[in-house]
Amino acid sequence: MWDTIFPYLLSGVSVGGQYALIAIGYTMVYGILRLINFAHGDVFMVAGIIMVYLAASGLPLWLCIPLVLLITVAVGFLIERAAYKPLRSAPRMSVMISAIGVSYTLQNLVLYITGGLNKQYPTIPWISETMAIGAAKTKVVTVITPFLVIALVVALVLLINKTKIGMAMRAVSKDFETSQLMGIKINNVISATFIIGSFLAGVGSILFFTNYPTVIQTSGAMPGLKAFVAAVFGGIGSIPGAVIGAFIIGIMENIIKGLDVILFKLGIIAQPVGLATFSDAFTFALLIIILIVKPTGLFGEKVTDKV
Amino acid sequence: MNQKKSKVPMIVTLFLIAAIYIAVFIAEQTLPSTSMLFTVLKKGAVYALVAVSMNLLNGFTGIFSLGQAGFMLVGAYVYGIFTIPVAQRAAVYQYFDGGIVQFTVPLVVAMILSGLAAAFFAFLIGLPVLRLKSDYLAIATLGFAEIIRAIFQWNGLGPVTNGSNMLRGFPNFNDFNITDGNGNVTVYLSTLIPFIIAGVCILLIVLLINSSYGRALKAIRDDEVAAEAMGINLAHHKRLAFCISSFFAGVGGAMLAMYQTTVQAKSFTSAMTYEILLIVVIGGIGSVTGSVFSSFLFVACSEWWLRFLDEKQLIGDFEVPLLRTGFRMVVFSVIIMIVVLFFRRGIMGDKELPDLLSRRAAKKGRAVK
Amino acid sequence: MSKATNREQVLRLENITMQFGGVVAINNLSMEINQGEIVALIGPNGAGKTTAFNCVTGVYEPTNGIVYFHGEPIVVNHPQGKMIKQYGGINGELYANRKPVAHTPDRITHMGIARTFQNIRLFKSQTAFENVLIGTHLRKTSNMFTATFRLNAKEEKANRKKTAELLEIVGLADVANELATSLPYGKQRRLEIARALATDPTLLLLDEPAAGMNPQETDELGEFIVDIKNRFNLTVFMIEHHMNLVMDISDRIYVLDFGKQIAEGTPEEIQKNPVVIAAYLGVDEE
Repeated sequence: MWDTIFPYLLSGVSVGGQYALIAIGYTMVYGILRLINFAHGDVFMVAGIIMVYLAASGLPLWLCIPLVLLITVAVGFLIERAAYKPLRSAPRMSVMISAIGVSYTLQNLVLYITGGLNKQYPTIPWISETMAIGAAKTKVVTVITPFLVIALVVALVLLINKTKIGMAMRAVSKDFETSQLMGIKINNVISATFIIGSFLAGVGSILFFTNYPTVIQTSGAMPGLKAFVAAVFGGIGSIPGAVIGAFIIGIMENIIKGLDVILFKLGIIAQPVGLATFSDAFTFALLIIILIVKPTGLFGEKVTDKV
Repeated sequence: MNQKKSKVPMIVTLFLIAAIYIAVFIAEQTLPSTSMLFTVLKKGAVYALVAVSMNLLNGFTGIFSLGQAGFMLVGAYVYGIFTIPVAQRAAVYQYFDGGIVQFTVPLVVAMILSGLAAAFFAFLIGLPVLRLKSDYLAIATLGFAEIIRAIFQWNGLGPVTNGSNMLRGFPNFNDFNITDGNGNVTVYLSTLIPFIIAGVCILLIVLLINSSYGRALKAIRDDEVAAEAMGINLAHHKRLAFCISSFFAGVGGAMLAMYQTTVQAKSFTSAMTYEILLIVVIGGIGSVTGSVFSSFLFVACSEWWLRFLDEKQLIGDFEVPLLRTGFRMVVFSVIIMIVVLFFRRGIMGDKELPDLLSRRAAKKGRAVK
Repeated sequence: MSKATNREQVLRLENITMQFGGVVAINNLSMEINQGEIVALIGPNGAGKTTAFNCVTGVYEPTNGIVYFHGEPIVVNHPQGKMIKQYGGINGELYANRKPVAHTPDRITHMGIARTFQNIRLFKSQTAFENVLIGTHLRKTSNMFTATFRLNAKEEKANRKKTAELLEIVGLADVANELATSLPYGKQRRLEIARALATDPTLLLLDEPAAGMNPQETDELGEFIVDIKNRFNLTVFMIEHHMNLVMDISDRIYVLDFGKQIAEGTPEEIQKNPVVIAAYLGVDEE
């Protein structure tokens, strides 16, 4: 039984970690701008594409990785400046529409550059190697992902709690207008948020595409949506919430992907019933359940409207 | 009193619409049926209906829903399932022994069923989802659309939905053409009929918007708390708007099926919803005229006018750089972003065609600014 | 309606306590309003006046207490769940033996309580005329289909006529086709009242109707309130800070401070009440 489930659990933890890195970007942006950054999943995809092209250009990989992160950060920063900043005083719906527009633009841009073909992600030495844990064989990346995620999250939490910019972020997320009046440079804080989010999405993309090594313009949509669900699940605005939500969703999703096999091996069903189709749907079902039962998520704060 | 509006703009508008229909009919009889114009007109009509139905929610009721593709999928499938000729079912449902539905219903009935099925799904979804606030509602409806897609793709339902395989063989727009005994087309109606279907549906939506119920929906959009204090039952009215919007999205889905001649669940992605949302935004959130206009514009640009951007162009000996497959969509996205960022009111703002034709509206428009 | 001595009771609040977490916004408030009266609720900022309105109109569910409207309990609640332990209201009966009753604000408007808002909440994309017309929607007999297919033309016409009359009464007939939000402040407040009247209320709740008005406008508003009260046979319950207006038109006044009722009486009584004066002006705390 354990041997049957373990491989799925393992890849679940790994994917969960990668979702977590994306989810942090969603949750931080939402915390500050109250915006679902629909383009965030596409930033993640763009990071993958940049890696493909940098590696193809012949640059050594040790140089590619920091370059990818740097360019991804620049992309995230520019998106905010170009598409969200002009709408600072606009209704929230306009900003959300702008985010959808950015997502559409990025996908079309990548479609143009790649010609709509699947691109093979470069093999990064060491983390792409196969290793055995017990009976299960997996890539090194699967094992290091959760540790890397935890390390990054700890660093992020320290940044938010101990540094000046972190304090500014907390202030802005509590009250946008007041913190502006208190002399916090809102635009810098927002930029910092997008930079951190994009950086983590960049790291996430390296880990994710090492596992699933094809990149196409729509590669970011599903992971992006799932990471967002994870952020909502954990309580949007809460970083630990997003991370825990992402791990839960990653694990559940992979178990459902393998549910046919698991049930079959356990002798519960005689033939596959195609439950894997529901691995994505399940994530959204979870989202809807949490929204109905506890709209603020696991760790979210309640906000009331004044009449 | 001073509520008496001039009837002239309304009459002019009706004449304009009638003229468009006549022009479509004449064009169809005279121009070759392979002309790109008809592709644009057909797809444009489908998108116009879907965009207006989305506008009813997002623009007039203020419910930011992103489930449109899901409801279109339901409509398209229901239409396909009930209209594929029985003789063809064995071929279409080849992996499922011809499927379990072994009858067909008339086309109009199938279309109404498409709408009703979509509305029924909307009703179920609306029960939990409509209580949510703006962006949570958006993401929950998006999630539901994905769930619907997964359900329709599931091979477990294959005998009904054909699983992940496509549905085909059902009547499409070309079947509206009138042919003589030899199969030669005598009267072309393959564009006019979609126009009429979409037109009737949009007319119904317009009538609803301008009724007492429509005013209540706009009140909800403007201020939920005040609307409730005016005795408007929020849950009831939102559900109503959601179901009606989905009904027409379902009918639109059926029309899309006819346009495409095949249906496959995997094409009804959130990207499709985004596209329709962008159409609504370009046209002007809260303007039916705008949605219709921008649907045709959107389809014309993406399918026709900007096509040249996808091919090599030579000006003399000079080859214009950048032009190759996909560039059209890049240019197109940039245009959309410009509209979203700098022309937030879209083409029409919240005005309609008759408003443009009357002086009173011009005054109202200034007041808005 | 003449000023009879034993008039029918329109609204009665019984032991209303509203608690947000640990904050007790209204503490055991009991009051009554009779047919044809103008009753004012006054008190310093943050005393819980608007919260009291929100409890009556169903926006909030009070933690404890009953609201009767024409003798019928329309709101009944008692501390439940976590609130049993946390309950911070003083005195007063707890209605644990009564079945809670809660209505959404639209139901309460249906019953005949209409309100205006402190921070004007007009439908901003609509004209003055449309704003008032929306108020008639709740008394419709048409359903969605008859409305869509215009089978309710007669009703629609009657509603439009009623709307035009209301606008005439509040003196906004000349700006009927202007966007509501483009009107000057004073007219917006009148429009909110007209919109509330369109719902055919028997009790009108006015939340600071004179806020932001100059003295002359305030005087006119006072006359206007008395006028519509008589014309539509209303009972008026208002929150107001303009003491001249309050003293001019109110039959009785309730004074709230820190959520507690500190005084009740006729304008003359309230003006002399030392507790009220202390609450407004502050006292030396030795």
